[in-house]
Amino acid sequence: MSESGDPMDVTNRVQLPESEGGQAEHEQGPRLAVRQSRDEPEVQREVVFDVRDVSNYYGDFRAVRNVTLPVFRNEITALIGPSGCGKTTFLRNLNRMNDLIEGARIEGELLYHGVDLYDPQVDPVEVRRRIGMVFQKPNPFPKSIYDNVAFGPRIAGFTGNMDDLVEESLHRAALWDEVKDKLKESGMALSGGQQQRLCIARAIATRPDVILMDEPCSALDPIATQRIEDLMLELKHRYSIVIVTHNMQQAARVSDRTAFFTVEVHEDSGQRTGTVVEYDKTETIFTNPSDKRTEDYVTGRFG
Amino acid sequence: MAGVSIEARPAGTSLSVSDLRLKMGRRRREGVVRRVFFAAALVSVLINVLIVVTLFDGTWDFLSRVELRLLWTDGWFPRRDMYDIRTIVAGTMVVAVVAMVVATPLGLGAAVYLAEYASRRARRWLKPILEVLAGIPSVVMGFFALIWISPNIMQSFFDAGLFSLGAAGIGVGILITPLVASVAEDAMFAVPGSLREASYGLGARKRATTIRVVFPAAVSGIVAALILGISRAIGETLVVAIAAGGTGGSLFTIDPRQQGQTMTAAMTALATGSDQVKGATLAFPSLFFVGALLFFMTLGLNVMSERFVRRVRKSY
Repeated sequence: MSESGDPMDVTNRVQLPESEGGQAEHEQGPRLAVRQSRDEPEVQREVVFDVRDVSNYYGDFRAVRNVTLPVFRNEITALIGPSGCGKTTFLRNLNRMNDLIEGARIEGELLYHGVDLYDPQVDPVEVRRRIGMVFQKPNPFPKSIYDNVAFGPRIAGFTGNMDDLVEESLHRAALWDEVKDKLKESGMALSGGQQQRLCIARAIATRPDVILMDEPCSALDPIATQRIEDLMLELKHRYSIVIVTHNMQQAARVSDRTAFFTVEVHEDSGQRTGTVVEYDKTETIFTNPSDKRTEDYVTGRFG
Repeated sequence: MAGVSIEARPAGTSLSVSDLRLKMGRRRREGVVRRVFFAAALVSVLINVLIVVTLFDGTWDFLSRVELRLLWTDGWFPRRDMYDIRTIVAGTMVVAVVAMVVATPLGLGAAVYLAEYASRRARRWLKPILEVLAGIPSVVMGFFALIWISPNIMQSFFDAGLFSLGAAGIGVGILITPLVASVAEDAMFAVPGSLREASYGLGARKRATTIRVVFPAAVSGIVAALILGISRAIGETLVVAIAAGGTGGSLFTIDPRQQGQTMTAAMTALATGSDQVKGATLAFPSLFFVGALLFFMTLGLNVMSERFVRRVRKSY
């Protein structure tokens, strides 16, 4: 299942990037496991999202402020942080899902392959066809498994062979073998983990470039969670993934880069605004963070 | 929270069954309360039973005395002992069909607007207005049908007379539109927002989301709304009594431009005496017969809609 180059190291050992594939220099303390990094040199990957000083507002209320971070192609970028720190709000900027909320707007610049996503000429529907989304709670339509997967291509006017597309999408979501004999049955009849993989297959079927995942495993048991994580590692070879997670181990296990969000409470107004404290390679965030708040969070002293 | 301290009970040193026993007085009081509420529930059941018994008693009286061939003649003229069932059933159907032709697009359109398109503020204004509309007395709608709908729509566009089944049907349609809209809107509003998000997330527009996701997910509730509408249209009385004509009886017709008689209007005519049933032999008992017929039709429709509503609840 998992790519041979990505062993799922869930021990308490930490391997620093400098170590030459052998035993790690040991970092002590309650640090979290970090996925072993291959010794390939840091290649400059293509930037998918270039987020520059983006803030989110709901009416006058500023929910997220001044986020600047690049998201790279074929990487998994994790957004972690305590509840209410704006991770999800930020994630939903990336495919303009916040447009659906009355009174929501953003400031700053958000480039997607160099194009300003919030240019007035940009159609959010076209954006969402390229940038798929998987939600916190599995939300298959009350339709057959087949129709769930075929939904996106159908509304986009897909004219090719739908059967092949559905099969391919289910294969990539590692669900085909479990559902190939019951494609006409309701997607709601599947287990939670299967439903979430169905939602991933549904997102893949529109042939996206990026997949956004908003705590995709929070409603799932550990075994289903592991399957989704394996799947994400598989999928990143084709797609770029941005994932919001409450689960630090998950971020450590799957992501290449991690952004740590926190929430600031304004002393006079009591308003809570989320912002990014630190954004770096996942190993660095979990083993050698430069900000005290990040360190407190990843070592479990807060949040 | 001044000075309230809750001590932990001392651990099971001297606990006996009598400490946990239900006290007699309390048990008796609970029993009395239970019986009072049971009686209240029973009254509504008893009233229903009473209605059914009365209805069937009268129906039996009528059916055992009437010549059966009189149930299938040229029209509904109780004074002349002509009790053609087809006439009043057809009249009822014409009114119900016209009403649904009006209420389905208007009601579902309003429901879609309220559930999917209206801003929160628009919704806050429109929903109560819709509900006020549902409270229009049917006698008002009856006069509206006769005085406005009949001349402005039926007479000028369809070459109908002053009284027509069509005018009554349109009036009934307007009357049930809020009901259809309200029930359908509830069903669509109950579709989880997560399904809409999923749809938008896949690059669907509002229209595709409404038609391909919300509508199918709410279909049982929407069908239930339509069935309730039909059932209400069949049962509506005053609008037809005022605007459909046919007070003294009617020949068989399925033409909405004609005067006609529906089951409820026929019953009204009989019951209020405008048919001068006094002294006539079977006119009065025929009222019960029509009532029983109506009872079964609406019962069947309500059971059907109840099934659909239950299916809606099951799917989430």
